[in-house]
Amino acid sequence: MSLSDTFKGLTKSAHAVSGLGERIGDLPRVSRWSLIALFIFSLYLMPWWPEVPVLGWLVDTPGTSFEGVITDKVVIYVLVALGLNVVVGLAGLLDLGYVGFYAIGAYVVGILSSQHANLPWLVCVPIAVIVSMIAGVILGTPTLRLRGDYLAIVTLGFGEIIRISANNADWLGGSRGISKIAKPPNIGPLKFGVLDAKPYFFLGLTVIIITVFFLRRLENSRVGRAWNAVREDEDAAELMGVPTFKFKLWAFAIGAAIGGLAGTLYAGKVRFINPSNFPLQLSILFIAAVVLGGTGNMWGAVIGGAVVGWMPERFRGFADKRVFVFGVALVLVMVFRPQGLIPRKIRKERWLANWKQRESEGGEVARG
Amino acid sequence: MADAILSVNNVTMQFGGVTALSDVNFAIERGEILGLIGPNGAGKTTCFNVITGVYAATSGSVTFDNQPLAGLKRFQITKRGIARTFQNIRLFPDMTAVENVMVGADANHKTSVGGALLGSRRHHREEREGRDRAMELLTFMGIADRAADAARNLPYGYQRRLEIARALATGPKLLCLDEPAAGFTPAEKQELMDLIRKIRAQGYTVLLIEHDMSLVMGVTDRIVVLDFGKVIATGSPADVQNNPDVIAAYLGVPDDAA
Ligand SMILES: Nc1ncnc2c1ncn2[C@@H]1O[C@H](COP(=O)(O)OP(=O)(O)OP(=O)(O)O)[C@@H](O)[C@H]1O
Ligand SMILES: [Mg+2]
Repeated sequence: MSLSDTFKGLTKSAHAVSGLGERIGDLPRVSRWSLIALFIFSLYLMPWWPEVPVLGWLVDTPGTSFEGVITDKVVIYVLVALGLNVVVGLAGLLDLGYVGFYAIGAYVVGILSSQHANLPWLVCVPIAVIVSMIAGVILGTPTLRLRGDYLAIVTLGFGEIIRISANNADWLGGSRGISKIAKPPNIGPLKFGVLDAKPYFFLGLTVIIITVFFLRRLENSRVGRAWNAVREDEDAAELMGVPTFKFKLWAFAIGAAIGGLAGTLYAGKVRFINPSNFPLQLSILFIAAVVLGGTGNMWGAVIGGAVVGWMPERFRGFADKRVFVFGVALVLVMVFRPQGLIPRKIRKERWLANWKQRESEGGEVARG
Repeated sequence: MADAILSVNNVTMQFGGVTALSDVNFAIERGEILGLIGPNGAGKTTCFNVITGVYAATSGSVTFDNQPLAGLKRFQITKRGIARTFQNIRLFPDMTAVENVMVGADANHKTSVGGALLGSRRHHREEREGRDRAMELLTFMGIADRAADAARNLPYGYQRRLEIARALATGPKLLCLDEPAAGFTPAEKQELMDLIRKIRAQGYTVLLIEHDMSLVMGVTDRIVVLDFGKVIATGSPADVQNNPDVIAAYLGVPDDAA
């Protein structure tokens, strides 16, 4: 087989993969849902993936626990990427301080379950999400009147302010941080302890699935359209009756809430947080996840988050060069797929087929 | 004018040292097609921008439906019933044609985050309404065959029509078209003018900017002529055509020679 044949084969399979979602969408209802159920089931089996032949060799993280990687990194990064994708990918607002919301989520759990009160984790979560959301609104209200670079710079500052404040405030534990944070409650056979990471993984995956479900609803509504319109041409959107500020603020608030939610999962898992867990670098990594996956594509965000969370651990064998390897891998992806692994697609208006049908039926009725 | 839907009252618009509009006065009557013409740089687009709230007039006011528009946000002005197109096409390029129009239709919708998350009844009704309205308008504009294509991939003529469909979807009382036939062949222009007449026949009031004088003569009921930011003539197409100031402006004859 010649080189060009190989290349053709490769591009073909890339197309096949990126067209997969569409094909599944075209399937009849029953087969579609069974496929989706099967897929979700296989995700819940992820802790056992390293034991599968080939796949195991591909995904396993030598030198560190795979289970640990998928709970501490992959799940968290995927959730964060989903939230950040709403802000950056859908509404087109460059937020470089997203780690701030993640930190707020984690710190609220820390404060309420250990530092200043003894509330259970499950009670802390909704409070943390609401506080993160409010923080998003507070940051967004003045800054969303800014555009482009200005917004990026202000949000960058926000992320740092949160971290530095936590470092300097004794009531937030200062640089020592907060320990003995509450863990999620046991659910039947799922015991959230220190030995077994799986329950945390199942919890995180479930949260991700629920988040995806609701984000899809938003995307397929007036809200999603408004976000897209703002990203494409903010002035034109406003002149077509889109209350742009309101919807930008919503994007910010929802993004912040999801970031905060990821923070609560993190805090509940590691049970010890300090300001150095929330560096600026993490914001950049989150952006990298969204861009790598495919800005504006929710599935892209999921893949991007997973890859950015997992890959540095996969290359742990390279010891101190692993970040370099990770960087090279990122650059390669961006060279060969500049729109990300799963680029944003032009929406496929499935209902149009039905609409045409209805029209022609109507026409026949009129003629008859 | 008793039944003016929109009136522009003593509007002056300055950009630094440039006076783009100077003490402009005119009114649009309900149900008419008013032409706004003038040479390059006369201030026509600026006039649109003041009406639709893109710029706040340096002085003067705009009244729509007997209410002043001052202080309203741009999207609020649209919701009051003024929609526009752009001289330089400004569609949402990566969204499909039908989605572009649905964004316009959403100006009449109320579903927000809560309704979308819960999949409220109103959300479903509005989605259906939006789709139906969008397809109806695309069909009316004769571009429904490309409804599912990204706006950026549409031919130029389709893009121009799509802008009109999107503007109509907002449910305007007044439709402002900024050189909608720019770049068209004479035949295409004629077709578009017929379409504009049809739009008016459905009860819309139309404010039409057009460069091509002869074209405007055919469709408009009245014409306002701008030159260097000033209204130099207002009247029926025939009157305006024979107005020496207008002829001078168009032929570039200096004022004192006219
Ligand atoms: N934002 C702005 N800042 C500075 N000057 C402006 C601005 N907008 C318009 N102008 C100036 O105002 C004058 C009128 O411009 P305008 O675009 O309204 O003309 P027009 O009649 O639409 O011309 P055309 O037929 O070329 O579209 C021009 O001299 C232009 O340079
Ligand atoms: Mg102009």
